[in-house]
Amino acid sequence: MAKDDVKLIGAWPSPFVNRAQIALNIKSVKYEFLEEKFGSKSELLLKSNPVHKKIPVMIHNDQPICESLVIVEYIDEVWSSGPSILPSDPYDRATGRFWAAYIDDKLFPAIRGIGTADGEEAKKAAIEPVIEGLAYLEEEFIKSSKGKNFFGGDKIGYLDIAFGSFLGWIRVTEKMNSVKLIDESKTPNLFKWAEKFCADNSVKDVIPDTDKLSEFAKVLMAKLRNPQN
Amino acid sequence: MAEEVKLFRTWSSGYALRIVWALKLKGIEYETIFEDLTNKSPSLLQYNPIHGKVPVLVHDGKPVCESLVILEYVDETWKHNPLLPQDPYEKSMARFWANFGDDKLMKSIWQLFIAREKDQDVAAVEALENLKLVEEQLKGKKFFHGETIGYLDLAFGWFADFVSILEEIMSLKLVDGERFPHLSSWIQHFMDAPVIRDCWPPRDKMIIKYQVMREKYLAAATPK
Repeated sequence: MAKDDVKLIGAWPSPFVNRAQIALNIKSVKYEFLEEKFGSKSELLLKSNPVHKKIPVMIHNDQPICESLVIVEYIDEVWSSGPSILPSDPYDRATGRFWAAYIDDKLFPAIRGIGTADGEEAKKAAIEPVIEGLAYLEEEFIKSSKGKNFFGGDKIGYLDIAFGSFLGWIRVTEKMNSVKLIDESKTPNLFKWAEKFCADNSVKDVIPDTDKLSEFAKVLMAKLRNPQN
Repeated sequence: MAEEVKLFRTWSSGYALRIVWALKLKGIEYETIFEDLTNKSPSLLQYNPIHGKVPVLVHDGKPVCESLVILEYVDETWKHNPLLPQDPYEKSMARFWANFGDDKLMKSIWQLFIAREKDQDVAAVEALENLKLVEEQLKGKKFFHGETIGYLDLAFGWFADFVSILEEIMSLKLVDGERFPHLSSWIQHFMDAPVIRDCWPPRDKMIIKYQVMREKYLAAATPK
């Protein structure tokens, strides 16, 4: 059987790229990481994802797969002999997919909203939906972990990856806005989970260090405010 | 023990129709609960507390929300007549294009639908670009799934009906047979397919509903 050729087009600060990296690490799949330069898009990216021109793109034996959650499911299905990422029960899979969609459609934009809010009042208003969303996830954690360390139980699963990939940015948002989002007293389970998740072997070299990500965030904000610079 | 399947829907929701078709394709018996979204039932709010939206599938008391999530649940629970391709790459393509349909295509079609006359040309550019991408996906195929209807056909199903409604209300041709031969042909095959065609909401009601909605948007956009 021909050896698998796996490339991942991405960038270290992207939580969406981090999802693919974590999934590949869980399956112990060797891959070539093709880092995109900040502010420009490579020929390969534009050719592999002509529809959205976004990262991550996974190229498996010359076939491109786009969209981070689509990539994670693909990885789980192709490397089926490795530790499974999605649960086996259809209802649990549906629950995981529901919350992953919630995180992408509602929670992450709300977290970004804190960073772009202007002034104290706007910041307070922006924080509310994030706190609400995290409270939902705290509840969901209790239900799906069944007393174990992760949403996936004993080991990291799909929802751990979908949500955990944002922990770097959550921590940066907390630091830069002097706010506690994953609060030990309000969301004690998520607080413990976050530490365990980030310490996991498949994750620890992927989620960027908070200081490094904060520096990048400052550069990003400056660029967003002055796009011509 | 008999399974209990309920579907919360509205008379017009294209998202809910996806599930109606899926359950029909799988031959699953179920109870329909029609919702009035201006006066949501306590059951709907209990089963979908986060979004309060339809469709919601309740299987033996357990709710599943978000139409594309429900489609995969239905396919994984009742494994006969599979809706998704078996091959992981083909499956990932189906999921990618379903997301495109909801995120990009739907938004651009809607923007065209509610655009003021002077903004229509600009809105049409993006809608047509997105339609071209979808047209490409149908080359050499009767349905997105191949010879038979599958997940991606159901995901795009809303579009088959809505296009003709938009065209009638706006008096324009969006999907013309010359520019979009594959898409036009897919629309015809899909609209008329036995499993699909009896489920469409009444067209006259849909025309009125969308006409009223469009007028509201246009009125709101007009400077006073």
